[in-house]
Amino acid sequence: METIKEKKAATNTKSTINISGAEAIVRCLLAEGVDLLFGYPGGAIMPVYDELYKFQDELTHILTRHEQGATHAAQGYARVSGRVGVAMATSGPGATNLVTGLADAQIDSTPMVCITGQVTRELLGSDAFQETDIIGISTPVTKWNYQVTRASEIPEILAKAFYIARSGRPGPVLVDITKNAQIEAFDFLYKKCKGVRSYNPTPKPNLGSIEAAAELMNTAKKPLIVWGQGVILGQAEEKLKAVIDKAGIPAAWTIMGESAIPTSHPLNVGMVGMHGNYGPNVLTNECDLLIAIGMRFDDRVTGSLNTYAKQAKVIHFEIDPAEINKNVNADVAVLGNSKETLELLLPLLTENKHEDWHNEFKKHHQIEFDAVIKNDIHPTKEGLTMGEVIEEINIASGNKAVIVTDVGQHQMIACRYAKFEQSKSNITSGGLGTMGFALPAAIGAKMGAMDREVVAIIGDGGYQMTIQELGVIFQHEVPVKIVVLNNDHLGMVRQWQELFFERRYASTVMVNPDFVKIAEGYHIEAKRVSERKDLKATIQEMIASDKPYFLEVKVEKEDNVFPMIPSGASVSEVRLK
Amino acid sequence: MEKEWFTISVYSENNVGLLNRISGIFLKRHINIEGLNVSKSEIDNVSKFTIVVNTTEKWVKNIVGQIEKQIEVIKAFYHTDDETIYQESALFKIDSALLFDERQIQNIIKESNSQIVTVAREFFVLAKSGRRNEIDEMHEQLKPFGIMQFVRSGRISVSKDEMQISNMLKEFQPNYN
Repeated sequence: METIKEKKAATNTKSTINISGAEAIVRCLLAEGVDLLFGYPGGAIMPVYDELYKFQDELTHILTRHEQGATHAAQGYARVSGRVGVAMATSGPGATNLVTGLADAQIDSTPMVCITGQVTRELLGSDAFQETDIIGISTPVTKWNYQVTRASEIPEILAKAFYIARSGRPGPVLVDITKNAQIEAFDFLYKKCKGVRSYNPTPKPNLGSIEAAAELMNTAKKPLIVWGQGVILGQAEEKLKAVIDKAGIPAAWTIMGESAIPTSHPLNVGMVGMHGNYGPNVLTNECDLLIAIGMRFDDRVTGSLNTYAKQAKVIHFEIDPAEINKNVNADVAVLGNSKETLELLLPLLTENKHEDWHNEFKKHHQIEFDAVIKNDIHPTKEGLTMGEVIEEINIASGNKAVIVTDVGQHQMIACRYAKFEQSKSNITSGGLGTMGFALPAAIGAKMGAMDREVVAIIGDGGYQMTIQELGVIFQHEVPVKIVVLNNDHLGMVRQWQELFFERRYASTVMVNPDFVKIAEGYHIEAKRVSERKDLKATIQEMIASDKPYFLEVKVEKEDNVFPMIPSGASVSEVRLK
Repeated sequence: MEKEWFTISVYSENNVGLLNRISGIFLKRHINIEGLNVSKSEIDNVSKFTIVVNTTEKWVKNIVGQIEKQIEVIKAFYHTDDETIYQESALFKIDSALLFDERQIQNIIKESNSQIVTVAREFFVLAKSGRRNEIDEMHEQLKPFGIMQFVRSGRISVSKDEMQISNMLKEFQPNYN
């Protein structure tokens, strides 16, 4: 290994070294600060795996059990750490299995670089074994992609890939590398990418628009902030908190923005959107000023656009110019990185309390508490609720855990009731709604934040979409806590069938295996809770464990998630039952 | 909002796959591309896509925003027909015998302001540049005599107002060398 270390010293110098494309790929990753990647080997990527073997002291490769798992693990890693997640796969089916993760990372703005092997340059277009047009396939779901066919292109393209993935509005990048380019030797020299002439990642803040925003915020009687993941991606959490505190403006979050401001903050008024809190949804249509920060007015947030905040002026703080006026017209658009723009905004704001307006949120919270929350968290009926499980996890972890959720009822309940003190703590598939996301994402999240408690909360449906990743948890002893909230149904689809399809439960009943036995098959400590009396102690035992732990909780089979804005309805038509 | 004709002008790096990326933006929104032309532009090493669509202004704004977001796109603009000077080109391949047998064809050539590109023993080729309706009119006139082959290009256009691109490139340039 000595020779490798000597060679490594050359990575960041100005002199070139003559190495293979495959070795260059590994050196590029090291030069970008990558020490962990997720992937799955195969024919067209084998030269790179051979180099990963040689560099295993510097670069850890986690073998997921499916390439989709590699992408979600890379996403979980990226979301919890703020670094670029890396996934690797071979050509053909290896590459196509990345597509769901790419699409998820694209819509949730997650920085990720995927490297795929490709058939050798001479075979391109010949329908060779495991040849597929992954550039064509991945184009709509990547921020950028590129096919490398010569080793000499590798350093520049990978430097560009990392730069593009992490800069501006982050996103996934795929680099497809033909096998000949991995084998060829060339003179390697790595230079970090500092910019791309046709790409302006972060618009410069315009002071005029910030002054206009401050003017509206200072004169509004009933202002409401709705923040999204842009606050987390822009590392603007402290600035946002300062803005909220100074201007006394109630602030709600989209699911992707959750945990940027502590749940306990007195002006944190909860979640907006389809299963969000009653107050911020109803009062969106009563505020006189809506201040959107780093969010994109997804339809799950706005409901019907025709009736969304029509009475209010709208300020939109956003890094991506294409989001301005896309769904909701902005009276004032403030382009730029949220940390920079909020920093400029802060001194222009006048101090305020908005006490009467804030009391409106408290009143609405009480209505929601009486109608929904009380029964979710402190049920009086026999069956266990998802809400009380989340509450016990809050208590056992002291609100300090990273919560990774899948998609469906458990996701909405977890995001509604999980309590957070620290940013980057809520990892979920928000935009794409990818079932199967949570288990691999939790593995990546744990590996991105080994000092933090990571709890995956998953439904019985989504769990079985990527259940094979238990193998990674076992092999690498990844101490994640897995909680399957089992209602023996595809619960959210069943809820819609109950409410909108006259209880025709088409293909939503799940006949499930013995999940405890499956976990035990992977040598993971596993328990099942079916009764309330066992819940608290078992969750405490799970959190106290320093090993991987699986917990199945048998919850009420036919519970529904409320509040709910029916699809296409107005935010003010949010239903409490 | 009413549907209108818009010309989208995209200045970009010359890059394999960018056409796929741009056309995908239309595909995702189920909007048809009515005309497409790719050529070099007034700036060295910068390509220009000219895309014609029939849609609402809301959608054309959305599309231009998404196009500009692509890494290799430098800048994109959209214009209505009133704001641009535009043309299309067409070629008509016609049996040479008709040139001598049908007097009317000679009149069509003269009146339509078209050019004879080549005359061979078997066929001759007419070229016509102009608005779509002028080309369509000529097509209608020639159709009864039999057209062996016909092709029309995508629209090419220049805007009446300046497109703020050259200065932008000059600003970018020094930072990345």
